[in-house]
Amino acid sequence: MQEKRKIRILLAKPGLDGHDRGIKVVARALRDAGMEVIYSGLHQTPEQIVNTALQEGVDGIGLSILSGAHNTIFPKMMALLKEKGLSDLLVFGGGTIPPKDRERLKTMGVGEIFTSGTDTRDIVNYIKGVLEKV
Amino acid sequence: MAFGKRSKRQDLDLQSSPMAFKNLSGFVIDPVYGTENIAQLDVERDLGGPGEFPFTRGIHKTMYRGRLWTIRQLGSLGSSGEANMRIRNLLAMGATGVSICLDMPTIMGRDSDDPLCEGEVGSSGGVAIDSIADVRQLMDGIDLDQVSINWVCNAQSCVILAFFVAVAEERGISADKLAGTLQNDILKEYQAQKSYYFPPRSSMRLTVDTIKYCCRHMPRFNPISISGYHLASAGANPIQELAFTLANGFTYVEETIKAGVDVDQFAPRLSFFFKVHNDFFENIAKFRAARRIWARAMKEKYRAKDDRSWLFRVHTQTAGSSLTAQQPENNIIRTTLQALSAVLAGTQSLHTNAFDEAHSIPSARSEKLALRTQQIIAHESGVIHTVDPLGGSYYLESLTNKMEEESYRYFEKIEQLGGVLKGIEKGFFQREIADSAYQYQKDIENKRRIIVGLNEYREDGEEPIEMRETDPTFETRKIAELKAFKSQRNQQRVSARIEQIREVARGDGDFMPLFIEAVKDGLTLGEIIGAMRDVFGEYREEAIF
Repeated sequence: MQEKRKIRILLAKPGLDGHDRGIKVVARALRDAGMEVIYSGLHQTPEQIVNTALQEGVDGIGLSILSGAHNTIFPKMMALLKEKGLSDLLVFGGGTIPPKDRERLKTMGVGEIFTSGTDTRDIVNYIKGVLEKV
Repeated sequence: MAFGKRSKRQDLDLQSSPMAFKNLSGFVIDPVYGTENIAQLDVERDLGGPGEFPFTRGIHKTMYRGRLWTIRQLGSLGSSGEANMRIRNLLAMGATGVSICLDMPTIMGRDSDDPLCEGEVGSSGGVAIDSIADVRQLMDGIDLDQVSINWVCNAQSCVILAFFVAVAEERGISADKLAGTLQNDILKEYQAQKSYYFPPRSSMRLTVDTIKYCCRHMPRFNPISISGYHLASAGANPIQELAFTLANGFTYVEETIKAGVDVDQFAPRLSFFFKVHNDFFENIAKFRAARRIWARAMKEKYRAKDDRSWLFRVHTQTAGSSLTAQQPENNIIRTTLQALSAVLAGTQSLHTNAFDEAHSIPSARSEKLALRTQQIIAHESGVIHTVDPLGGSYYLESLTNKMEEESYRYFEKIEQLGGVLKGIEKGFFQREIADSAYQYQKDIENKRRIIVGLNEYREDGEEPIEMRETDPTFETRKIAELKAFKSQRNQQRVSARIEQIREVARGDGDFMPLFIEAVKDGLTLGEIIGAMRDVFGEYREEAIF
């Protein structure tokens, strides 16, 4: 029996903000749920993140932003992904992002935004739901 | 553990819900405490009276009867003008101190016009500080020799201090009159908050430089606030917060002594910063243990003779990480309980969070309510009438002893690693903290811990919440302002100063006097940090999770 390929997720921390509690918790939860997780570390530019996604051949990218810079960083990321022909990659995010901005980001193609208080199992189910259907 | 003493029924309770009787540090709490739990306690040796060694019961004889704690709220917003209004408003409402946070570019040592800062100028409710002009505006109309200002700055503390001193001098106030605090705790940045840029040893040099400057010129100013708060925000449990903060404190003491300063010259100005989380008694025990450990170490290990060197003076903030985005009004109650525990623990200064902070920076309404919470505790609850009202409680004394013992266990471990700086390089603190953060999350998801409105008593749908609007044009305006400021400077002097800073960085001289002159010549924060970055280089941590 051929083993099913593991879902590969890049978790990245763009911008200047160093609050990495959330992203590290999510990284462990995804790993414990059987996914392969690549964590970028801090202070990544959108270009660096997209390059890593390309090199690592990931199925999805999760961005954690707690600084309020989400309205700048997500659009940049989405444009870069399009430029590199990676528009079909799943992009999701987390952090302190108000409802109004969440809606706006979703219309840009961001799959889901998880905010404070999210159960990590919901994130796992969301990713599996999207990627295992494909 | 006294399992043998439990009745059958209690054992059953324990099995059905084991977490219900564990505190956040993971200690199993007994059903009842009595004399047998504090048999080792020698009241005179381990408690003393309030204001007496080892200060377990508090650092002052009369505590809040003599003077209330400083009611210190956060007075910052993106632009220095708006932040100034916010500070004045807080003081008018009865705050007796303020804290000022910086925006992400300032925290990361970069100016607003740096391309890496796009979208982050004035972010997270912090002030964008590029130059002396911003601090001038920020401090406008505020009595610099009256109000105690807590600058929430770390890797860039030396530059912020230079701005502050220079602005005060312009207004005819000499540095020795200034009260307040620099956070300036770089160790916890590498361990938890991650706002660093230089390698740890270069940053440590800057911290020691500011400590040296302050003990020579600023006797009313605290050059450092050694912070457990951020360790706890990143996930450290209370015992880790306690032990790591004190270990960091000892490291600053050792490094400053190594730099040739006598312990009694600087130790009285060291201050601390703790978090109060949800477990009420655990909070109080943490402070009491901290005072005792610090006093003993300063007196016995570091041989400080001045009794002010023995005092663990602490600012406290309620736990931002305990706030839920769900049913946000519940946060008012959480914050009140946490604040009450800080007062019962004998804090010197307190910040209460606003209930909407899991969503955005506080609104005017939530900010006022947070401030009023402290005033109600102070004036209505009666808890200030007597010092350390819970002292002598079997449970609390036993918990205080336990936290002290466990701290010594951590100190040993850290010593075996070769000290705090080595521990950081080895990722020890980062791993310990990440483990606790994950454990806490799992406990909530498995309902071993109940958080009201989050994993129990939930309601569907999100309630609308009033949010403070931020100005989307601020970044562009700030960059234009900075450009105008830079165009008015004597460029030759600026270049010469940058070269001087690099030179001092290459050697081992003092920075502070040079920084004060440099900011008067119009050097920006980004330029000063940039000059040092050229010499010190940048630190990157290994990305572990």
